[in-house]
Amino acid sequence: MKAVCWYGTNDVRVEQVPDPKILNPRDAIIKITLTAICGSDLHLYDGFIPTMEKGDILGHEFMGEVVEVGSASHSLKVGDRVVVPFTIACGRCFFCSRDLWSACDNSNPNAWMLEKLYGASGSGLFGYSHLMGGYAGGQAQYVRVPFADVGPIRVPEHLPDEKVLFLSDIFPTGYMAAENCNIQAGDVVAVWGCGPVGQFAIKSAWMLGAGRVIAIDREPGRLRMAADYGKAETINFDHVSVFEALKEATGGRGPDACIDAVGLEAHGTGSIDAWYDKVKTTTFLATDRASALRHAIVACRKGGTVSIPGVYGGFVDKVPMGAAFGKGLTLKMGQTHVHKYLKPLLDRVARGEIDPSGVITHRIAIDDVPSAYQTFKRKKDNCIKVVIKP
Amino acid sequence: MDMDLQFPGDVRDAQAHGSRNVGETERWASVAAGAGLLLLGLRKREASGLVLAAMGGLLMRRGATGHCDTYEALGLNTASNGSDTRRVLRGRGGTLVGESVTVNRPAAELYAHWRKLDNLPRFMTHLESVEETSDTLSRWTARAPGGKSVGWTAEIINDIPNELIAWRSLDGSAVVSAGSVHFDDDGEGRGTRVRVRMQYSPPGGKLGTLAARIAGQDPASEVREDLRRFKQLLEAGEIATTDGQPRGRA
Repeated sequence: MKAVCWYGTNDVRVEQVPDPKILNPRDAIIKITLTAICGSDLHLYDGFIPTMEKGDILGHEFMGEVVEVGSASHSLKVGDRVVVPFTIACGRCFFCSRDLWSACDNSNPNAWMLEKLYGASGSGLFGYSHLMGGYAGGQAQYVRVPFADVGPIRVPEHLPDEKVLFLSDIFPTGYMAAENCNIQAGDVVAVWGCGPVGQFAIKSAWMLGAGRVIAIDREPGRLRMAADYGKAETINFDHVSVFEALKEATGGRGPDACIDAVGLEAHGTGSIDAWYDKVKTTTFLATDRASALRHAIVACRKGGTVSIPGVYGGFVDKVPMGAAFGKGLTLKMGQTHVHKYLKPLLDRVARGEIDPSGVITHRIAIDDVPSAYQTFKRKKDNCIKVVIKP
Repeated sequence: MDMDLQFPGDVRDAQAHGSRNVGETERWASVAAGAGLLLLGLRKREASGLVLAAMGGLLMRRGATGHCDTYEALGLNTASNGSDTRRVLRGRGGTLVGESVTVNRPAAELYAHWRKLDNLPRFMTHLESVEETSDTLSRWTARAPGGKSVGWTAEIINDIPNELIAWRSLDGSAVVSAGSVHFDDDGEGRGTRVRVRMQYSPPGGKLGTLAARIAGQDPASEVREDLRRFKQLLEAGEIATTDGQPRGRA
């Protein structure tokens, strides 16, 4: 089959590789009908995530048709049309049974590595480095799905791929980010980063009762999408001081909740801390750039919540802990417990409350993936979301 | 390993360096492990290679002479203890490993799986097989370096259904070991705590253990990984793996 393989920073290639096989009783093999490039794939592409190896198959947002099931994968049958969560979870451990699926104890074969770094290992992830289990990803024609009896969700025939694909990651991720804000009726929610997760965080904030949603980015196309698709007010951080603008917009109080949908590769411009991060990460004195996180903490109102769906991998320097403490903020974060959100969010899509395909800007074939990574990374051609028909 | 082999340098070295304090099996293992480390170290063209090579040299010397300065400093002697677990492992005589894991299944189920000893190689990957020869005796075969295997006989010395299993190796075993596993159900639906304590006299002695630790194979992490696989097997019904999945050519 064809698969998108990682070969180094800025180097992904479409390779001919063997088809996946059933390796464990609860596995299934899925023939992929639609897959996507995620903003977090850019962290791999940019070389920010360690333990990638040449030849690793990328991709963690995919859906397709079941073509083979293992001997213990009872709930799926060949021919089922399913969306697969990007987190791999056993469904039976302490954490899975408490709906903390991305903290699954049993799905990362390399758990010892993460234990050394983080003190404990979360779940395995598709196509996201050997730290996260080294599972082959879904930017390919076929994929092996472990614990297929608890992960994949069947989707109704009348909903096209493009409307349900994003249940695999970015819609639940944006939704959990908004849910973590504990939104009360009328709350002001500010969202840093108007990539796909930011867009779904905006949509979800409305669903959960926000009174105003303010979107922050510097890409005109993304801000436009936040305004048109997300119905949000927008702030371009290249043009105005975000802090001042948010103060102004909230009568001096600050947003009730702030969402950092940017993560470790923030492009704060002009600010001293952005340069500081650039120097430190370039010289390996820190690993993550955290401009958006700092701004979110400083802007948030007293007693408010900072919710972080943006990915962080290592160490962050100069986090304004004093501001977080002084204002009594709540910080919530983590990989998405995708399994928990699949059914309720599929229902919202089926009821027509949201059309997730609205974030798609590029539709390509698998052979075009390497150039699409460049386009996406450079944000050329107003690129926000790329889907691939493999 | 043939325990009757004598090292040619014994007399001279006994005079040169004080008395022998390293057991025979351990001496041969030291030489073998030392040579391996030396080669590995020399092949690496970096500073860490030099450290490995130096350790290899040290190990080979203690094997050849039967004398270990570290043991002398620690007051240890494994030369004359034989294979009786109580003598070899008492005090600071053995390597002690203690690890625990919580498994989201009832204690009775975990005990039953462990007590059926031929299940052990499913999650203890260094084991080739365990064969129960009577109610309390079993024959163990483990993988050893260089594609070889090493075998010993173990006896269950304590067995409290759903709570505890303890065992020791019998006299004459190449690997002298004793261990126990406790199953504690907290009774509040938060799973069963599984605690393993293992004490053994490793081939290669304490220095061998240190060398193994540097090479990333120390006994504590081995037991920890065994327990992780045990947990996966009993909770998820299978052990997470990616062995055999496709990838692009490197």
